[in-house]
Amino acid sequence: MAQERVSIIVFSGELDKCLAAFIIGTGAAASGMEVDMFFTFWGLSVLRKKGVKVKGKSFIEKMFGMMLPKGADNLALSKMHMLGMGTNMMKEVMKKKKVASLPELIEIAKQLGVNLYACEMSMNVLGLKREELIDGLKGVVGVATYLENASKAQITLFI
Amino acid sequence: MANITKKLDARGLSCPMPIVKLSQIMKEMNIGEIVEVLASDPSFIPDVEAWCRKTEQKLIEIKESPEEIRAYIQKTR
Repeated sequence: MAQERVSIIVFSGELDKCLAAFIIGTGAAASGMEVDMFFTFWGLSVLRKKGVKVKGKSFIEKMFGMMLPKGADNLALSKMHMLGMGTNMMKEVMKKKKVASLPELIEIAKQLGVNLYACEMSMNVLGLKREELIDGLKGVVGVATYLENASKAQITLFI
Repeated sequence: MANITKKLDARGLSCPMPIVKLSQIMKEMNIGEIVEVLASDPSFIPDVEAWCRKTEQKLIEIKESPEEIRAYIQKTR
């Protein structure tokens, strides 16, 4: 039997939704499935590396860079963010209850061989460069790569 | 129980970590060897059953007490 496959589009850049995506992704990889996670639009914020400055950006690209969350540790909850108070409280509760954080889950996903893809078109629109994204990505790709992978998957999710 | 070669303490950990750690420890084991897993997450019981079915590993026994869950899994492939 061919290896089973899961394909997840991470479109959202919110902490709760991205946690769900990575819990499913790591759980599937731990269950012996091949996992592709395709990060597009707001989801690209998850892959941003902290503190990387890139020269030669346009004014609008710089503005996008300032306004988008700066990496997995900087995402807000989709509800109850409350100017950051709610999100911080949630992170504290999760830590106390020993729920893995988003940066931890990303590391585990990489260790388990989850394929992380960044959407080239969204990167271009948001002015994000490859060097601003975390290491260990499988590729910066387009819709055809996503479709080829997803067509082999038994489970496809859009988060 | 004979052949318990590995122990995994996943007490206090939440979904998906007990399963993730179990999958990692199974990679280091040889066929026929048994791992004893301690866990406290209540969903670990249905999840380890599902995980063993999905990955075709043998779930030998689950013991549940008020303090913890103990599961014994034999590597079959």
